[in-house]
Amino acid sequence: MSTATTIVKPVMPERHYLNDNYGIRSWLLTKDHKRIAILYLITITFFFFLGGIFAALIRLHLLTPNGELFQSDTYNKLFTMHGVNMIFFFLVPSVPATLGNFLLPIMIGTKDLAFPKINLLSWYIFVVGAGFALAALVTGGVDTGWTFYAPLSTGYLRTHVILLAVGVLIAGFASIFTGLNFIVTVHRMRAPGMTWGRLPLFVWANYATSIIMILGTPVIAITLILVALERGFHIGIFDPNLGGDPVLFQHMFWFYSHPAVYIMILPGMGVISEIVTCFSRKRVFGYSFIAFSSIAIAVFGFVVWAHHMFVAGISVYSALVFSVLSYAVAIPSAVKVFNWTATMYKGSVKLDTPMLYALAFIGLFTIGGMTGLFLAALGLDIHIHDTYFVIAHFHYVMVGGMVTAYLGGLHFWWPKITGRMYPEPPAKLAALVTFIGFNLTFFPQFILGYLGMPRRYWAYPPEFQVLNVLSTAGASILAVGFILPLIYFAWSLKFGEIAGDNPWQAAGLEWETSSPPPTHNFDKPPVVTKEPYHYGDEEADGVH
Amino acid sequence: MNFNFQIFPTKASDMAGQVDSLYLFLVLLTTFFSLLIALLILFFAIKYRRTPERKAEQIHGSTLLEIVWSVIPLGISMVIFAWGAQIYYHMERAPANALEIYGVGKQWMWKFQHPGGQREINELHVPMGRPVKVTLISQDVIHSFFVPAFRVKQDVLPNRYVFTWFTATVPGTYHLFCSQYCGTKHSGMVGSVVVMTQEDYANWLASGKAEGSLASQGEKLFQQYGCTTCHRPDSGARGPNLDGLYGRSVRLEDNRVVLADDNYIRESILEPNAKVVSGFRSIMPTFRGVVGEEDLISITEYIKHLSEQELNPLNNRSTPTQIRDNEVPNIQQQQRVPQGPRPATEPGKKP
Repeated sequence: MSTATTIVKPVMPERHYLNDNYGIRSWLLTKDHKRIAILYLITITFFFFLGGIFAALIRLHLLTPNGELFQSDTYNKLFTMHGVNMIFFFLVPSVPATLGNFLLPIMIGTKDLAFPKINLLSWYIFVVGAGFALAALVTGGVDTGWTFYAPLSTGYLRTHVILLAVGVLIAGFASIFTGLNFIVTVHRMRAPGMTWGRLPLFVWANYATSIIMILGTPVIAITLILVALERGFHIGIFDPNLGGDPVLFQHMFWFYSHPAVYIMILPGMGVISEIVTCFSRKRVFGYSFIAFSSIAIAVFGFVVWAHHMFVAGISVYSALVFSVLSYAVAIPSAVKVFNWTATMYKGSVKLDTPMLYALAFIGLFTIGGMTGLFLAALGLDIHIHDTYFVIAHFHYVMVGGMVTAYLGGLHFWWPKITGRMYPEPPAKLAALVTFIGFNLTFFPQFILGYLGMPRRYWAYPPEFQVLNVLSTAGASILAVGFILPLIYFAWSLKFGEIAGDNPWQAAGLEWETSSPPPTHNFDKPPVVTKEPYHYGDEEADGVH
Repeated sequence: MNFNFQIFPTKASDMAGQVDSLYLFLVLLTTFFSLLIALLILFFAIKYRRTPERKAEQIHGSTLLEIVWSVIPLGISMVIFAWGAQIYYHMERAPANALEIYGVGKQWMWKFQHPGGQREINELHVPMGRPVKVTLISQDVIHSFFVPAFRVKQDVLPNRYVFTWFTATVPGTYHLFCSQYCGTKHSGMVGSVVVMTQEDYANWLASGKAEGSLASQGEKLFQQYGCTTCHRPDSGARGPNLDGLYGRSVRLEDNRVVLADDNYIRESILEPNAKVVSGFRSIMPTFRGVVGEEDLISITEYIKHLSEQELNPLNNRSTPTQIRDNEVPNIQQQQRVPQGPRPATEPGKKP
């Protein structure tokens, strides 16, 4: 397996962002984007495992058809808190706020984001929002479902809906600030020579994500404020008893929440472009097509929201329009998948852990994306809407896609972030376990959905049990796959091999600085003279 | 544990086969592309695995390939779109001869009313081989009427009638689910749809205890709530005459013209001031909170019935204040029309 013979054993740099300053204040008042990324990383890891515990309890409950483990109210709270946690407090910030925060300035060759204080503020806002959500949780939980559909959420449930809505609302500002910061940074702070055509695709993906964050998030904020107003002050907006329109809620909710799906997947696509090129030692196939497909997804993503509402009582004509537009948004995603695959062609492929995750991503995202075509087909959506088919579809995209990309990215840049390597054998094992566990968990749910099992069911007809048991078995394997990295990443902080500046011989400015990078990222401001993914050049130079 | 294992749900409607065909097509398509990508990845990973001797060949891309793999998926997806749209279009248009059944969803049960006045809870009996149109409304939050065996689903909204329709093809008992999360006992809001042969269905209807047809129940309510005080077919009426109203266009005070359908009638009972008929004052009190959804259905059915009477009058309550095709009369028009018996051109009128 060993290809590179290292002559000089790498050493840790003397000063870097982690040892520049010590003490709790140096972290909580830091304006360093890298430290803020670490703060985010710790916070969202907590929410990932909290959401994961809810998921585990849901799967455990569904082992038996008659709802024997929890009361139905408890079950409803579990799936609500699972969804809210995972979406608003893990997936939305996952790659942008951690890897994006850490890497974006380094990748474009600058010393920090444009507004370092706003960046820190974004984390504090996120924590305050998360605090509200946790408060809603410990004071009894909320059972609206993560979708907060009115009039159920505004007039019928007795849980702390407003508390949770305020939490999500506040956390939304964190993502607006991150988006704003990224856009300004990419426009104004690129290093000399870092033209738009030389931006790493990870930066393009985060740039596209930022556009959605700043344009979409205010709409969910408004929607949640209206929910709170109706619930708290009986101002009729969505509840027909007060003169409102419940379908209006769905339009407003999905106007954000569909583009939010792209907030949750585009940065992952950016990660994959970086990993596939590095481990194939290839220039990316069709750079401009991948870059512009990110922008196309961000733009088209705003005009497909009503495909969540085909059975909600919208007109036949609007259903036709939203269906055809939904197919349009599928094309840029397909283009990306084909380009990644083509990038491997005639490459020099090495299957290290990040690459395993990247390949898993391509496969699982293909299934996740293509099952979206089922749901966009009007006549078929009528049957599978609000069933486990939908659950399986979006978990293939969100877990098979985004979580896989996030883990791949975390492994890929772990040596850059910490200066140490994670141990390869357990990491490969974890990638494999995750892949198997994931498919066993969610593949049976496609079949369950087509058979007609509705989502959010506390009890279900006995003929659905076999598939549910399979799914729960898969979830227990998946849990192992997620806990393993937590253990070996923690282990590697102290015992991992010293990584050196560029353990993967990867292209990109982030690999030209030390690992971990100094507080100001570069000792000398970089000047960019090469194309992105200049893999052929490096090998010609004999760096390898 | 029940080890019955299926891949496809039971097919019990004429549309089920069509939906399954599209599903199967998409399953094959997804399998093809997923395998294509997976095999290519595996093939490249093995064939081009890193060895000291070989170096990667740098390729920048190919515009031709990009066009090919954008246009082909676009073409395929347009086929899926058209196929799905065609099924949907069919499902959204109920045939005119459909048997009309009403359903009310509430936390957490389904109530159904047959035109003959039979009522049932969490069970719906329908005949096979005949289109059945279920008009649905919710009493509280959003529910969803889902019968997997028929491949139909429709969100049931508060404050608005929506419908779904199907033609059942196989006798049997099938799941009815609520598929829109509706609170604590969402998963308990289930029932069954019983498909019967037309003969059995007729027997079942006959055996049901009904206090007269829906329309006659509606007529009783119409009198009970005092609607007849104003909605009279004579010139002095303070409210518009409702004979022949259903299915006609109505001119409103602000000159808008709306169709008098179920939703219009229901809204006019609950929110009389929302759409005031041209020429009338808004003096009607609201019946929100007074008349329940099931009674609203009966009253609407009665008003519908008045339109059917129009074509085939059963009594002599008809007066000259008839509704024209495109307009509801206002008071001025009522006064302009000469008093007295209806012109002899009207057929079938009893003295």
